[in-house]
Amino acid sequence: MAGLMAGFGHYTHAVVRGIPASLAKEALRTSQAEVDLTGARTEHDAYVEVLRTKLGLEVVELPADESLPDCVFVEDAAVVCGETALITRPGAESRRRETEVMKEALKDLNLNIVEMTDENATLDGGDVLFTGREFFVGLSKRTNQRGAEILADAFKDYAVSTVPVLEGLHLKSFCSMGGPGLIIIGSSEPAQKALKIMQQMSDHRYDKLTVPDDIAANCIYMNLPDKGHVLLHCTAEEFPESVKVFEKLKDHMLIPVSNLEKVKVDGALTCCSVLINKKANI
Amino acid sequence: MTTEAGSETEVKEKAEETSAQPDQSETAEQEGQEVANVEGEEKEKGKEKEKEGKEGKGITRYLPTWFKKQKSQSQTSPTKEVPPAGEPVCKATEGEEEPAPEVNGHAEEVEEKEEVKSEEAKEATAAESDSTASAETEPAREEKVEDATAKSEEKTKEAAEAEGAEEEQKEKEPQGHVEAEADGGESQTSIFQSPLRLVRKNKMKVVVCRVTLLDGTDFTCEVEKRAKGQYLFFKVCEHLNLLEKDYFGLTYKDSHDEKCWLDPTKEIKRQIRSNNWHFAFSVKFYPPDPSQLTEDITRYLLCLQLREDVSSGRLPCSFVTHALLGSYTLQAEFGDYEPDQPRPLDFISQLTFAPNQNKEMEEKILELHKSHRGMTPAQADIQFLENAKKLSMYGVDLHHAKDSEGVDIMLGVCANGLLVYKDRLRINRFAWPKILKISYKRNNFYIKIRPGETEQFESTVGFKLQNHRSAKKLWKVCVENHSFFRLNAPEAPTKARFLTLGSKFRYSGRTQAQTRLASSLIDRPAPSFERTSSKRISRSLDGAPVISITEAGSETAENGRDPHLELHSDSKSPLRVHGDNIYVRHSNLMLEDLDKTQDEVLKHQASISQLKRSFMEAPPPSPPQPNQWEKRLTSSPATTIRVQQQQVTPEVEIEETVVIQEVSRAVKPGLVPVTADSPATPPAEPEPKPQDQTEMVEEEAAAVEEVKPVKPERASSESESEEEAEYQPNVAASISQTKIPEEKEEEEEQMTKEEERQQVSPPVVPAPPVEASEPAEELSQEEEEAKKEDTSVVEEKKDDQEEKESGRETEESTDDPMVTPEEAPEGLILPDETLVAKPTEEQERPKMNGEASLVEVDPRLQVICCSEPPVVKTEMVTISDTFAAQKTEIATKEVPIVHTETKTITYEAAQLDGNGDGEPGVLMTAQTITSESLCTTTTTHITKTLKGGLSETRIEKRIVITGDCDIDHDQALAQAIKEAKEQHPDMSVTRVVVHKETELAEEEED
Repeated sequence: MAGLMAGFGHYTHAVVRGIPASLAKEALRTSQAEVDLTGARTEHDAYVEVLRTKLGLEVVELPADESLPDCVFVEDAAVVCGETALITRPGAESRRRETEVMKEALKDLNLNIVEMTDENATLDGGDVLFTGREFFVGLSKRTNQRGAEILADAFKDYAVSTVPVLEGLHLKSFCSMGGPGLIIIGSSEPAQKALKIMQQMSDHRYDKLTVPDDIAANCIYMNLPDKGHVLLHCTAEEFPESVKVFEKLKDHMLIPVSNLEKVKVDGALTCCSVLINKKANI
Repeated sequence: MTTEAGSETEVKEKAEETSAQPDQSETAEQEGQEVANVEGEEKEKGKEKEKEGKEGKGITRYLPTWFKKQKSQSQTSPTKEVPPAGEPVCKATEGEEEPAPEVNGHAEEVEEKEEVKSEEAKEATAAESDSTASAETEPAREEKVEDATAKSEEKTKEAAEAEGAEEEQKEKEPQGHVEAEADGGESQTSIFQSPLRLVRKNKMKVVVCRVTLLDGTDFTCEVEKRAKGQYLFFKVCEHLNLLEKDYFGLTYKDSHDEKCWLDPTKEIKRQIRSNNWHFAFSVKFYPPDPSQLTEDITRYLLCLQLREDVSSGRLPCSFVTHALLGSYTLQAEFGDYEPDQPRPLDFISQLTFAPNQNKEMEEKILELHKSHRGMTPAQADIQFLENAKKLSMYGVDLHHAKDSEGVDIMLGVCANGLLVYKDRLRINRFAWPKILKISYKRNNFYIKIRPGETEQFESTVGFKLQNHRSAKKLWKVCVENHSFFRLNAPEAPTKARFLTLGSKFRYSGRTQAQTRLASSLIDRPAPSFERTSSKRISRSLDGAPVISITEAGSETAENGRDPHLELHSDSKSPLRVHGDNIYVRHSNLMLEDLDKTQDEVLKHQASISQLKRSFMEAPPPSPPQPNQWEKRLTSSPATTIRVQQQQVTPEVEIEETVVIQEVSRAVKPGLVPVTADSPATPPAEPEPKPQDQTEMVEEEAAAVEEVKPVKPERASSESESEEEAEYQPNVAASISQTKIPEEKEEEEEQMTKEEERQQVSPPVVPAPPVEASEPAEELSQEEEEAKKEDTSVVEEKKDDQEEKESGRETEESTDDPMVTPEEAPEGLILPDETLVAKPTEEQERPKMNGEASLVEVDPRLQVICCSEPPVVKTEMVTISDTFAAQKTEIATKEVPIVHTETKTITYEAAQLDGNGDGEPGVLMTAQTITSESLCTTTTTHITKTLKGGLSETRIEKRIVITGDCDIDHDQALAQAIKEAKEQHPDMSVTRVVVHKETELAEEEED
């Protein structure tokens, strides 16, 4: 039955969203890079295609909204775990409305919706690392304590530990899960520090896979019925050294996914989808 | 008393043995078999002992808890005919009340046995005197036979408390009933022969206890008024037909309406402090993996507890999990879903599954229930537990607290350690292996943290609890959980009971490891039991206030006076480490902490005066020999440190100390000129220092007053080395030991305060001088070592508690529970170091632990290694008080003299990079790791120094092998060297010191 923590990485659905033209100029970014809108859209289409065709997920595509330049990064708008979806209150004022469409979409998927109504709370899904056993919530520029508390309230079964994010946008800007009990972590000092904190806070033991580039540590892990361990990671053009590390994962089906353009607006691989596991029953 | 004619000798012997029990595990390995041979000696001792015995109450007061417990256990094993023919029981309790009778009675029991069993029994009793209070001798021995290793150990008397207890339990559990009947009958007859007993029986006062069980029903039974917690608990377990009982306990509500665990080793009457004999049976230790429980009935009871935890909200879980757990509950209690059942929702809504149960949830529960068709109740329970155990708050015992900034937090004690929550969020976690020490003082609760990879120094994190009571309660829970989940065997009882200051509280039951072992031996058909409906009324006693992590905020500050907690970092903040630090992962090592705290205090006025008396009467000790008084002193927090620095090896028989120095040595900045206080000189007068804390001031003042009277005694006292033994984990099998000091018992607080001051204050010498003297001390120590060929490892220990005592406590405000050394307030220096390092004949204790690193870290000089002649063979007679340290009550009168041959051989690599004593270097890091296995103790001390731009890492390994003659020394040494090489392939072995100590005269130490 749908026991707790059963089937980490099992997903049936993915929610994605189109890229508005406004992304190129207006999307929030920490660097000043020029974004090639077409390139970004091509990239994103390829990403969605991997989810849909290669991995066989049922993809729900939400329309882009020009007034929400960052709306492609759906991860920040909702945290889904099991049957429950927490609609977040994104830390960036300009992104708050991104949740509206997301909420409707998740409702349609029959998830239990929990909304973050507290006006003192902010939370970006990018700061939420679910390991299959517990949550780590990065306290960053975008996510505060109150937001983390509400998340803890929404997912009562799990321990929710907070991790200060001193550098980088989000917690998942330098880490992600690479499998059950495997954390992929960047090698920068802040990343390593955060990992230590996570290890200290946890009752569970995690293996770590350290990659040279922080952003390359953001991967998408899935465990799919006929494919086993699947890892979507950066391409060799972007981070050749990190890819070498991934190639050591012998049990994983490795799928490089290009992210050259979106990364310019701080978009990592996980940012562009919300993964959902809908069971036939329960 | 009740001793029969002609048995006097034996009685004495017994008494002696009884009292000797505590140290057996550590010391008297060989003795067991020699009991007969040495009887003569023993008799002599016995006489001395007898005197002591007459001193009466004081002694038994200090019997270790395990000892008491065992006795009571045998008596409390509920016999069928309990209330009417419960002699054993009442005898037990009475005996415990009155020390002297107890001892005799105890012996008598054995004696009776001996009449029947003749010699066998005698042999057995040597090893089992502790565990075979009444009629258990035979079964116990049978058990031994089963277990070969255990048996051999037992012969050597090593069985001591850990094994003894275990065996006893083992035997008791599986065979409980049969035995109870048979033995009960047997002892009954003999008992009836004693008219005295009959009299006692008549005097017995019986009280009716009401125990609320997990299914909500009440169980009432009569217990003798003086019965111990254990008796009642066993009665309940018997009623429940529960064998795996170690996970459970009884609770009562104290006068403040707070739920407390009934201490099995103490009288019920004294705990409840009211006439409300109402208890609740509850899960005390939530097994992390319930599937490892042996019996379904145990799992069922655990389920009942969890159902209540869940439905009351104490164990928070999501909607889905509520529904899932509820569905398993239905399956377990009602079987398959009945489609025909009319209006199932009505029926289900009468059951409580969740705090906020609603129709939707009930529908979901029913829906899921349907899917469990065919599942047996036991399977449903297993599924229930498999899901419940994964909940993050499973088995977490929450306590309200405030952090250093006065922010409300919750502290959660669980199998893995201590969790810190703010609202619902986990903000920190301290796994047991990370915790070196747990202590409390007043309403403050402290944990001392092993330095992490990024830290060089230990730090102490403090939390404020609502009051002293809750701090103590939290401390106790921590002690118990740590012992249960982290140790292989319960920590040795405080050894020097007589000298014990402060609470003796330790976890006395079986550890999880032991109970699992015992469970694996359960051999009975699965008992049938009836599952009751979930229509539980909430139990009046149990839940008490439901604490949930979200509630923290609602707590009001009871003591708002000072929201800031003091955090002490043992490191001196001026000392910063330059360069990289080495960190050796040791998470898989067994860690041990030897240090003690200041919080240990005097126990009882009476015992003190007794102590003084005995001090006066004591045979003139050879100079270095610590006397009882001194020992007593040393058990006070302040003195602790001195003790630790110079410890006597508890192992007496044969000991091998192998020090493998793999590294070049750290050099000390040979600065600080100092005057080491000679131990022999009267302690400097404590000068109260400027206090930042009012409470501190109070204490200090008191201390000063008291000091003078004490002086004379102190003057003659020399070394206080063995105090340590008291807290030294001597359970060979223990996985790890955390010193868990407790503040004085509440009850005794008032009484002992004065005394405590006396004891404590002397060492609390003006800190500055002390600091200065530290270096010198080390030097002297070093010299001494060189001279003696003792161990070449300098041990330093520091006690943060000490610091507190010294009043230099800085009100540190480290808000963040995750205190890093940098943030931590400046560490304080131990005043006591002065008193240490006296060249004494005593062997240094071959142990180091985390504490040691503190000192090493000290910027002041560190001499870590001392030069020794390459090969030395010495023979010396060591008059050691070792025994006394552990011994306790007996020791008062008697000066155990142990003659030992000591042989030290040093192999030194030629290229040894100088002994570099004079060469200054900067100590960068120091770390000590101790691991312990059955007969070896390995202490690894790692220091890293920066010398002339080069950093040196030096590892000293000290391996103490204890055992009787059978040890193949050469092999052991070879093995040790080999292991060292393997572990650090990139290092070279520069020196090997073999120190062998053999006991020459066979001494029957009680």
